[in-house]
Amino acid sequence: MTYSYAFLDEATKRMIRRAILKAVAIPGHQVPFGAREMPLPYGWGTGGIQVTASIIGRSDVLKVIDQGADDTTNAVSIRRFFARTAGVATTTHTAEASIIQTRHRIPERVLQPGQIIVYQVPMPEPLSRLEPRVVESTKLHALADYGLMQVRLYEDIARHGRSASAYNHPVMVNGRYLMSPSPIPAFDNPKMDRMPALQLFGAGREKRIYAVPPYTSVKSLDFEDHPFDPIRAPHPCAICGATDSYLDEIVTDDVGGRMFVCSDTDHCEERAP
Amino acid sequence: MSDGLLPGFSDAVFGAQGCFRAILAALSEPGTVHALGGDLAPPAPLCPAAAAVVLTLADPDASLVHDAGPVADAFLRFHTGAPEAELATASFVLATGAMPPLAALTPGTDEIPSAGATLVVQVESIEEGEGWTLSGPGIDGLRRLKVTGLPDDFPAQWAANHARFPRGVDVILCAGDRLAGLPRSVTLAVTLEA
Repeated sequence: MTYSYAFLDEATKRMIRRAILKAVAIPGHQVPFGAREMPLPYGWGTGGIQVTASIIGRSDVLKVIDQGADDTTNAVSIRRFFARTAGVATTTHTAEASIIQTRHRIPERVLQPGQIIVYQVPMPEPLSRLEPRVVESTKLHALADYGLMQVRLYEDIARHGRSASAYNHPVMVNGRYLMSPSPIPAFDNPKMDRMPALQLFGAGREKRIYAVPPYTSVKSLDFEDHPFDPIRAPHPCAICGATDSYLDEIVTDDVGGRMFVCSDTDHCEERAP
Repeated sequence: MSDGLLPGFSDAVFGAQGCFRAILAALSEPGTVHALGGDLAPPAPLCPAAAAVVLTLADPDASLVHDAGPVADAFLRFHTGAPEAELATASFVLATGAMPPLAALTPGTDEIPSAGATLVVQVESIEEGEGWTLSGPGIDGLRRLKVTGLPDDFPAQWAANHARFPRGVDVILCAGDRLAGLPRSVTLAVTLEA
């Protein structure tokens, strides 16, 4: 059995391509699209896969990460999916990839002009917890009325002394649209600001695509007297010794043993002795 | 077969994919000029880039209005299946002659700005490094783009188009097999030459 190139039929790709171009023209705005059923369940990257399938070509080199790791089930199977259906070269090296599909991390290595990073997004609407009615949240975006989110941030700070969101911390894009960065750690948020690479976001279940063009302002929501201050575990990586990378905490036994290692496996391997 | 229907992309899948990536690069980095290459040879008065953009993006779900005459119409309708529409409601508008005013195209709504039209314009030439000064998303500081073949009041039209952001029209400029993009998010200033 043969598949259409990159799995999706050409009419679907055209529809997604039109949505991507409008998303690029209106940074941070969620463009609805007719997400297709994919050969994997919702929550496993159906949105990201459809975006990648619509942009990928034979000369691309694809890297896929899941929480920073190239060797987890989700990353391995998506990489194999495109190696099989699109015949592309794959890599685990951030510097060699032309397209990086990611679940919940941005690589530590600074992305370069010409690269494209595709985020898998479970919930594209940053206001969903505060205003569950889509009709209403659409209006709030149209009016750029983001007071609700500022109030939530204020309540976090009033209760906890600091913003309580360790991940998925909302951002303002190009000074206009409030956007969900997808559930990346707050640690990664500053990497989105004026990133030289093109950032595309696909939400399959929620059927939304959005984008941030290169060199676009992406500001994490905060207050003047409580500036955005992401948390990093105060340890060096146990493998490569990095003190500036995002760390995973690994439980090593059942008597309280633990170690902290880089979440970005490629970054760690490049640095490890 | 000089009066017959001319072929579209020799490879429908990769012709469209390559052209899409050029459009994506052009709109995400406004002011950069991208050559398509490829072997598309559309009927006059279509230039290869403008024809490729329409063949890549238009289809039965995306309507097309153009001014290119009956031979080009047969070519474009056959290869895309895009339905006709009124100028004020079309998803794609292709101008090979004088372009319609930007204000005549749909800018979408504040709630659905993505419904704003895409205007594909054939111009005489597009060159990087001189001419207008562009700034905005996709541009690290400033970028220069020189376009010949647009109406004199285009910068004023563009200012009005940009001012209604997030509503607005996005423009793809085509000359020969080269294209450049002007997404509605971009600011365009006429550079005063010393």
